[in-house]
Amino acid sequence: MATVAQPLEVARDTAAPRTRTGKAYMNPYLAGVGLGLVLLAAFVVMGRGLGASGAFSAAVAWGLSFVAPAYVRSNEYLGPYLDGGAHPLKAWLVFEVVGVFTGALLSGLLAHRVRRTVEKGPRISSRGRLAFAFAGGGLMAIGADLARGCTSGQALSGGAVLNLGSWIFMMCVFGGAYLVAPLLRRQWR
Amino acid sequence: MSAPFFKYGLFGEETSLIVAFAIGIGFGFFLERAGFGSARKLVSQFYLDDLAVFKVMFTAIVTAMLGVTYLAWLGWLDLSLVYKTPTYWVAQLVGGLVLGAGFVVGGYCPGTSVAAAATGRLDGLSYLLGVGAGTLLFAGAFPAIKGLYYAGEMGVQTLPGVLHLPYGLVVFAVVLMAVGGFAGATWVEHRRAATHEEE
Repeated sequence: MATVAQPLEVARDTAAPRTRTGKAYMNPYLAGVGLGLVLLAAFVVMGRGLGASGAFSAAVAWGLSFVAPAYVRSNEYLGPYLDGGAHPLKAWLVFEVVGVFTGALLSGLLAHRVRRTVEKGPRISSRGRLAFAFAGGGLMAIGADLARGCTSGQALSGGAVLNLGSWIFMMCVFGGAYLVAPLLRRQWR
Repeated sequence: MSAPFFKYGLFGEETSLIVAFAIGIGFGFFLERAGFGSARKLVSQFYLDDLAVFKVMFTAIVTAMLGVTYLAWLGWLDLSLVYKTPTYWVAQLVGGLVLGAGFVVGGYCPGTSVAAAATGRLDGLSYLLGVGAGTLLFAGAFPAIKGLYYAGEMGVQTLPGVLHLPYGLVVFAVVLMAVGGFAGATWVEHRRAATHEEE
């Protein structure tokens, strides 16, 4: 590993302590306070919390409307995203998610953590990992659509305003994850 | 001061989209700072090697919860105008379990997959394509699973409301739970690190 990109490594060695891929991550409590203040700002300025999964439903409704407009309009779940006259992508959550992408890229660039890679355990191929990621994304979408929100919109945002359904959801997310983790050890460990 | 500003008409829909973008930047920035653009870091939570997911999440919840509570007590924020998703407890219980399974299978949740894709993780990109496919599947199957989608309807409910406890007391209990959880999480991490060394 020492033979890879020597000049660059030397140039960056003066920076703060870092992991193999870039600077060390922020202290979790500090990052949590930062995240909490962003969430508080959303409550105070907008009267709503953060989110993510809703933006993807809007994007899917929009994308599919070019291929099968009649299907989207008649679909009970996707149809409402096309109602109201405004462009389906001209939605609060869509703009917020574009911001998430921008903010993460900014943070990653500042910490030298942006690079093309596949995150996986040592015992699985990259192709296998990409297939698992695709399947997991699919499961996650179904769960979030069913629960009316994901880890951001339900667990984090609803959790902070003591919303009952959000706390039920959050407990079940941790429960579901711990239940299947032993079965998927091969992918990660 | 009357908050939420948007609900009191301080600015319109168009401006709210700029606010959305700005808030999103803050959200994405801290997700990536915490290491949540990395699937390995995220799933370590479920193999008990690194409990940062729990620590970050509950610190964020406690921070925002205390902020909202104090601002409401000061009379600056009308908590009833802050949007709360209605409770459908059966749908949210099943949805949570499915989403939790998807977290370990895919390595991300929707928000963190965006942070992953933004920092070059191809698995984050593949995950996002999977989210699109899952949404199509859900929409296609909606007539069949409509019963489950609306199961357990309770309207908007809060923990203090259903427990018949004062709001402040529940806030205090959540803070205690979080602090106890942080101590427990650190203890588990140290124990795991010790066992790894023995191996």
